[in-house]
Formats: sequence, C-alpha cells, structure tokens
Amino acid sequence: MSDQVREQKDFTNAPLCLSGKGVTKIFGFGNKKTVAVDHVDFEFHEGEFVSIVGESGSGKTTLSKMLLGLSNATEGEIFFQGKPRDISSGRKKREYWKGIQAIFQDPFSSFNTFQKIDTVLLDCIHMRGGKNLSKEEKFNMMTEACHFVNLEFKELTNKYPFELSGGQMQRLMIARIFLLKPKILLADEPTSMVDACSRATILDMLLNLRDEIGMTVIFITHDIGLAYYISDTVYIMEHGKFVEYGKADEVILNPKAAYTKRLISDVPKIHEEWDLSTVDLMA
Amino acid sequence: MGKAMLEVKNLKTKYITRFHEDVYAVDGVSFTIEEGKSLGIAGESGCGKSTLALSMMGYYFPPLHYMSGDIIIDGKNISGMDPDTVRKTILGTEIAYIPQAAMNALNPTQKIIRFIEDVVHAHDPKKDKKEIREMAEKRFAELGLPAEALNKHAVELSGGMKQRTVIAVSTILNPKVLIADEPSSALDVTSQKMVIKMMRELMEKGYIKSMLFITHELPLLYNVTDDIMVMYAGQLVEKGTAEQMVFDPVHPYSHGLMKSILVPEEGTRGQKLTAIPGAPPNLKRPPDGCRFAARCKYAKPECRYSAIPEREFEGNRMYRCLMGVDELREVYGDE
Repeated sequence: MSDQVREQKDFTNAPLCLSGKGVTKIFGFGNKKTVAVDHVDFEFHEGEFVSIVGESGSGKTTLSKMLLGLSNATEGEIFFQGKPRDISSGRKKREYWKGIQAIFQDPFSSFNTFQKIDTVLLDCIHMRGGKNLSKEEKFNMMTEACHFVNLEFKELTNKYPFELSGGQMQRLMIARIFLLKPKILLADEPTSMVDACSRATILDMLLNLRDEIGMTVIFITHDIGLAYYISDTVYIMEHGKFVEYGKADEVILNPKAAYTKRLISDVPKIHEEWDLSTVDLMA
Repeated sequence: MGKAMLEVKNLKTKYITRFHEDVYAVDGVSFTIEEGKSLGIAGESGCGKSTLALSMMGYYFPPLHYMSGDIIIDGKNISGMDPDTVRKTILGTEIAYIPQAAMNALNPTQKIIRFIEDVVHAHDPKKDKKEIREMAEKRFAELGLPAEALNKHAVELSGGMKQRTVIAVSTILNPKVLIADEPSSALDVTSQKMVIKMMRELMEKGYIKSMLFITHELPLLYNVTDDIMVMYAGQLVEKGTAEQMVFDPVHPYSHGLMKSILVPEEGTRGQKLTAIPGAPPNLKRPPDGCRFAARCKYAKPECRYSAIPEREFEGNRMYRCLMGVDELREVYGDE
C-alpha cells in the first residue's frame, strides 16, 4: 500500500453546516411507544466527513430521514447553516433539497425506471438553473460528470438505468451529485450492496467529492472499519442515542463506551485474533 | 493428508440464455477439500462464485447446464446424475446449501418445525413426527437456538435468527459438505459473528465434515477458512492457505483484491485504497489468453494470445499467470 496518508484535520472552527439540538423521533404512543431517536445533539461542519455508525435498529436511518426532511422530528430542532431549518411548504422543501442530497443503499430502486440516463442527468442540470444553456454545454457537463465517476457518457446515452450493474448505478448516482453540487451529501449505506472491489472505487469518489467541491458528507454505515478508513469524525449510535463521538482516530483506537468496544471486536480483522468467545448465542 | 471429502475435477458448466447463447460461467475448475477443512472462495460480483456453488450440488435446472467434469463427494461421483435422484439422495445428507438470500428462503405461512419435517421426510418418509421434534430440539439446544423458535413462523424471527435457523435446518441430517453462499452479507457485524460462531461449532462437533464458504469480505474469509481460492471470470486464478493469500498474494488480481481490505486497525486510516479498474470480461466470448489481461497493470502482449495453465509452486499453492513468482513479488515490492 502507498504511504499517502490523509491528515486528520481539525474542523472545530469551521462554519457549521448542519446541526441539531434535542432531535427526537417517537413512533406510536401509549404502551406501543418506540423512541427511535432520543434527544440527539450534533454539529456537522463544512467540508467534514462524518460517519454515523450503529447496528441494525439503532435509529441511523430514522435520523437520516429527519436530516433530509422526509419525516418530521417529534421534538427538537435542526439548523441548516446556522439558521433554523424551514421546510413547512413544498417550495421551501425544494429549496432545502438544493442544499442537501442523498445516495441510498439500494441502487436498483433509486432511479426512475422509465427515464433514460440522459434525462436523469439533464434534470440535475436543470435543477441547478442550467435550463438556458446550449445543447453542447449540457453535453459537456454530462460528459464531465460521467468522467468523474469513471463512466463513458457516450456509452450511456439512450440506455436505461436497469441496463447497468449495481456498482455502475451507484456511480451514476454520484455523477448526479457531482452535477447538483449540494452543500451536504447524505450517503446511507451506499456500499453495502456492492462488492469489495467497487466499494473501494465508490469510497474514493466520495472523498474526491469532498476534496474538490468542499461538500460535507454524512456517511451512514454499520461497518466500523469502513468508517475508520474514510471519516474525520465518527458518531456511534446505540438505541437512538449517540454514545460516543469524536475524531475517528480517538474513537476507534481508544474506544470508551462499551458499545463501541463491542462493535470493534465484532469486526473480523487480519492482524489481530478475532475473538469468537465473546458472542452469546442465546442472546 | 486427510481424506478428501469433496473433489471437483475440471468442472465446466454453462448458462444457456433465451437467445440460445452460451455463457461459460464455470470453466475448468478443480480443487479438493479434505475432511475437517474449510475452503473459501473470493472474487468480485459476476466472476462465477455462486454458479460454482450451484454446479457443485449436481442439481441442474435451466438455464444452468452441465458440460463436463467430475464432482466426487466422499468417493461417490455425483456428476451427470438426474436432478430428481440428486434431490432424493444427495441434497441434505451429502451436501447442503445455504443460499445468498437465506432470509427469504423460509415460507412465511409455515412454522420452522415443518421445514425440518420436510427435510427429514424427503430422505426417510416413515420417520415419526415426535422423533423429529426431539431431534430438532436437541440440535437447536446444542447450537444455542431457543427451542421456542421451532413453533414460530419466519416473520417472527429477526434477520440474524432467521439465517441461523436456515443453517440449522439445512444441516439437520449431518451433511458431509456445507456450501455457504454469502451467508452473512445481509447481516450487521454482531449477527454475522453469531452466524460464524455457529458454523464453527457445527464443524467442531462434527455435524458437517467440510465447508465451502463464499464471500467477497476478505477479512471474514481470513478468519473463517483454512484455505482461500480466488476466482476470476469462471476460472481459479490463485489458491493457497488463508495466511499466504492475505499477506502474500501472487496473482495480480488477488493482489488487487487484497488491497481493498478495510479493517479498524491502527494505520489503515487515510491509506489510499486502490481499486482494480474496468469490469470483468463478458463470458459469452471469453478472451483467448489471460482473462485478466485487459485490466492487468503488468500485462504483456503475449498474455493476450496464449491460454495460461495453472502453475504450482511452493508445494500446495497454485496460480495462473505468465510471470514468475519471484518476478511478481519484485514488482509488488517496488510499488
């Protein structure tokens, strides 16, 4: 492996991009009440690569839906660029979505089956106010976006998304983000359905997006090894609460919470013994 | 050397598409698993790992077709048998298979005990239901599964629990070979660890004699299996022990794969991951020469013309490349 190591940057003084205070989500009421996200506070800075790590059912996806404005928080408030977020009307929501975009887990269901790839990418250009550009300029923009994700636009024209492989679809999703250039990108387990090889490519592209456009990336995953590799800051989530957060090096090399320690010990490693005796099959 | 449990010799199978085109998904694969050993298969999507697992069961249904080669389980050749005989005499007792989507393998309208009755009755129609229940309860208790799970429907169980139940059901008749096709890729790390522990216990207690484990998660493979094979475009490109394959891969493709390993260990942060560029070749028209040549950094012109034989080295290891072992190691060392 090359010795090119990314430095651990300090983001505490960078301007705030997205933050929340006491954000809570409760499903059901009375006896059947489930607290999915329980009074969480967070601060995501501009240009920061944040990971939210937790097991299935820890509330990662519920939180991401609230961040995206797809569901309302029961309590608490979310601030976008320092100001309270207002998504009360459809128009305001669309305005907000210019600032935040997402990549989801399943690439096969992220695209409209009836739209060709050209249309998908053209829509993105139009959303950024490129409606009056000439055909040539639009073509160049689309080619550039596809080049960014190692795809050939010439081979993609007149194709439908389902003609691509999973990894290619996920890359096309990143090409969309490249054209839209939002302030924040929320990636909800974007690599869990692709193999280890395409995973490396996709992670590299996300890092490039951050470095070239200065996007804030919020990366949601259950794989702590992946979070350690890619992120500046890690938030560990258990039962709807952040049990630990901080710089990736600090959290993962010196975990304090018992939950973090367990998550790390559960990941198979190659230089250390993987201790299987800690698992209780009856649990 | 232990007794060979599963021997596959020059196995070739193909898919016939609806346009009558042949896709050679497994093209001349040979390997042996000894008693008490486990073997892992690594490779990216579309390289033929799952097809190899399906072909090994001897249970062929269109579009998959058998072409040539031998599959020998504990001295008994099952290749070329008719699918119905295979289902009645081989599946379950000689060879068991856990599919990739094991979570969806359970019929939602039936209780777990019914699947066990089904499996047992397929081989021994006269067996008493009470006996089967006793047998199932004993096995579930040994594997750390609660006995109440037997009376539950699949929807009442969590994902990890479902996966473990599927494994317990498919190994109830003590098969000689267990083929696990990505059994843990849909689970989170904690459930994955439980599944792995259970499979280890099955091996230790002697319920299954050998195991074939397919996954693209290399750190997992390193911790679970004794030996690892790397597959590319329907062929094996390298074979060796887990230790050798992870720390000293020889073939350029395995070398690239091992570079995509991500583990939460000191020093891995911020290292540049290098992915292998390009995509695997179309298996309808496999290339004449080395199948990896189009994506290989070190490819020479002759790689593209001549077929490359499997070459043995250092005793038990095998690789498929024109370059010599020392030459390749030198090239990797320079990077």
